[in-house]
Amino acid sequence: MVRMRMNQAVAAALADEMREDPDVVVFGEDVAVAGGPFKTSDGLLEEFGPSRVRDTPISEMGFLGMAVGAAASGLRPVAEIMFIEFLGVALDMVVTEAGKFHFLSRGAFTCPMTVRASIGAGLGFGCQHSQTMENWMSHAPGLKMVMLSGPQSAYGLLRSAIRDPNPVVVLEPRALYGGRGQVTTGADGILPLGEARRVREGEAVTVVSAGAMVKVALAAAESSDDWSAEVIDLQTLIPWDRDGVVSAVRRTGRLVIVEESPYTSGWGTEIAAHVGARLFGELRAPVLRITCPDVPVPFGRELEQRYMPNPGYVTDQIDQLLATGRTPDPWWVGEGRRA
Amino acid sequence: MGDGQRMERRRAVANDRVARYERMVEIRAFEDRVQGLFAQGLVHGTTHTAQGQEAVAVGIAAAARPTDLVTCTYRGHGIGLALGMTPEVILGEIMGREIGCVGGIAGSMHLCDRELGLLPTFAIIGAGIPVAAGAALTAQVRGTDDAAIGVFGDGAANIGAFHEGLNLAAIWNLPVVFICENNQYGEYSRIDLTTPIEDLADRAASYGIPGIIVDGQDPDQTVEAVGAALAVARSGGGPTLLEMKTYRYAGHSRADKAEYRPEGEFERWYERDPINTFRARLESEGLLAAGAAEEIEQKVAARLEAALRAVEESPPATVDAMFGNIYASA
Ligand SMILES: Cc1ncc(C[n+]2csc(CCOP(=O)(O)OP(=O)(O)O)c2C)c(N)n1
Ligand SMILES: [Mg+2]
Repeated sequence: MVRMRMNQAVAAALADEMREDPDVVVFGEDVAVAGGPFKTSDGLLEEFGPSRVRDTPISEMGFLGMAVGAAASGLRPVAEIMFIEFLGVALDMVVTEAGKFHFLSRGAFTCPMTVRASIGAGLGFGCQHSQTMENWMSHAPGLKMVMLSGPQSAYGLLRSAIRDPNPVVVLEPRALYGGRGQVTTGADGILPLGEARRVREGEAVTVVSAGAMVKVALAAAESSDDWSAEVIDLQTLIPWDRDGVVSAVRRTGRLVIVEESPYTSGWGTEIAAHVGARLFGELRAPVLRITCPDVPVPFGRELEQRYMPNPGYVTDQIDQLLATGRTPDPWWVGEGRRA
Repeated sequence: MGDGQRMERRRAVANDRVARYERMVEIRAFEDRVQGLFAQGLVHGTTHTAQGQEAVAVGIAAAARPTDLVTCTYRGHGIGLALGMTPEVILGEIMGREIGCVGGIAGSMHLCDRELGLLPTFAIIGAGIPVAAGAALTAQVRGTDDAAIGVFGDGAANIGAFHEGLNLAAIWNLPVVFICENNQYGEYSRIDLTTPIEDLADRAASYGIPGIIVDGQDPDQTVEAVGAALAVARSGGGPTLLEMKTYRYAGHSRADKAEYRPEGEFERWYERDPINTFRARLESEGLLAAGAAEEIEQKVAARLEAALRAVEESPPATVDAMFGNIYASA
């Protein structure tokens, strides 16, 4: 085990995959000479050279399109999108091209490309550089999508994403890049796609979270003496671990979902609908989604922190759920806003 | 239908000008037939045919190797046939049958044949341009001497993917040939309404790569131009933009009668019809004997009848085909 920051874990995963497979290439804006705007590809150019590690022009559609063509013809490109918003100008290449190549070739072509993108609020980047936007990609069968929650998750999931024969979008909460943790590297550190991970045992409620909210959910769970929460890191958003989540909720009888994204059409909506349909009658409380409000991410420090679920708020929401058996209003109702 | 026949069809076009002529006749007759089937209501959805653009298709197929990956558009039946795909697998795809090249789940806009080098054809304007550059990146990183070809329409020269793809290919010196089939229209809009310059080849100057205007109605010139650009690409000389001046005889898609065309325009282009002029040239060179062209037409007609029968006998696309290839397994 090695202690490292999440951005170093990303770079370590890239380097290990590049060492094992000469077809892995890395490109994106400022990823080579500068080692990445968030230092997630530090040292790769020096070790692997300019053919496999390339700085691109500011051409998201162009270089993601190149990733599609390179992947279909045998390479395993890993392309970096600096901020998830910049994928908006290139979404076609991920959703409509990469995600369809296998289908449209009757299985003759695969598209083993990885798109890494930094996501999320908390660093004061304003509303055009703080979204998570996972639902841009969640409606396109053929794609896979994971969300990182810390250094081990970064190392393990990214390695699996690069090895996967399908296009995989890797969402990396920017606010976590600097956070340190112990990382098991090498084969033992690889985490499979499609499986949720239980990060805490508990009886009263199952809390499903992803990305930066895993830490928040864990802190909330640790803080209560009145109830014990099982915390699950969903890890793979598409295809998500239906069996794992359903069987966990069947045990506790209660499901709380913590998401860093607006209330409407969050990834948790899908989980809530599925679990609610499957376990109707077995649930001891309605499904509770703890999310951000339906507003653009605000800039000011206090507001930005308030925008995202935090441990105190999550604890309070779960307290109320357990006490009343009903879903509490979100905080913004107290501010006179619509639920 | 098997591999052998497709490769044989490819070799014929690569090696023999009379075979190229025959393939052009086949493409024309195929597209006419497809339009007829749609008009009769026997096919659902839409289709985009390429009558008038046959010389571009055979030029590409004759010059490229099967290992040179090609991206092209929804107007792809002609290029598919030229590359060696059989009429039955393309018609089968158009008609949603199991015999289709993708099992009937993709349709007219989405043809694919990996062995012949055809990536799934693109229904999003311009998308195939950077993807072709990406296929060229593979050749460059792996150090093979394969190249890639990106085919697109004149309308695609106005979408961002064109600029980004050409720029990237140029700065990385990728082995790719960009072929713009300038058929004078994007949907119902004439090029001069959407594009402030007459020759799209001029745009190559922005990327510091050669931009060459080619007579897209002459199969000898298209083969020669594609071959020369591929040779440059293979030897490390980087990308080329070829603008093939051609003309779309039919409307944009099945429902379009192309009534927006100025009077006499079609007739002027038809005077230089690629099939008629090539036929006259081959006859004058003694490569086509008297009556040989008629024989070719009959042969092609019989071939297409057989293809249609094979498609009609093929069952509709299966549920297995729909679910079968969403995700690849390791
Ligand atoms: C991004 C995008 N915008 C619009 C369309 C709709 N559309 C389909 S074909 C076409 C015209 C394209 O013209 P051109 O590139 O000249 O190709 P041609 O049809 O003449 O072969 C348009 C606008 C599309 N498929 N994709
Ligand atoms: Mg056109």
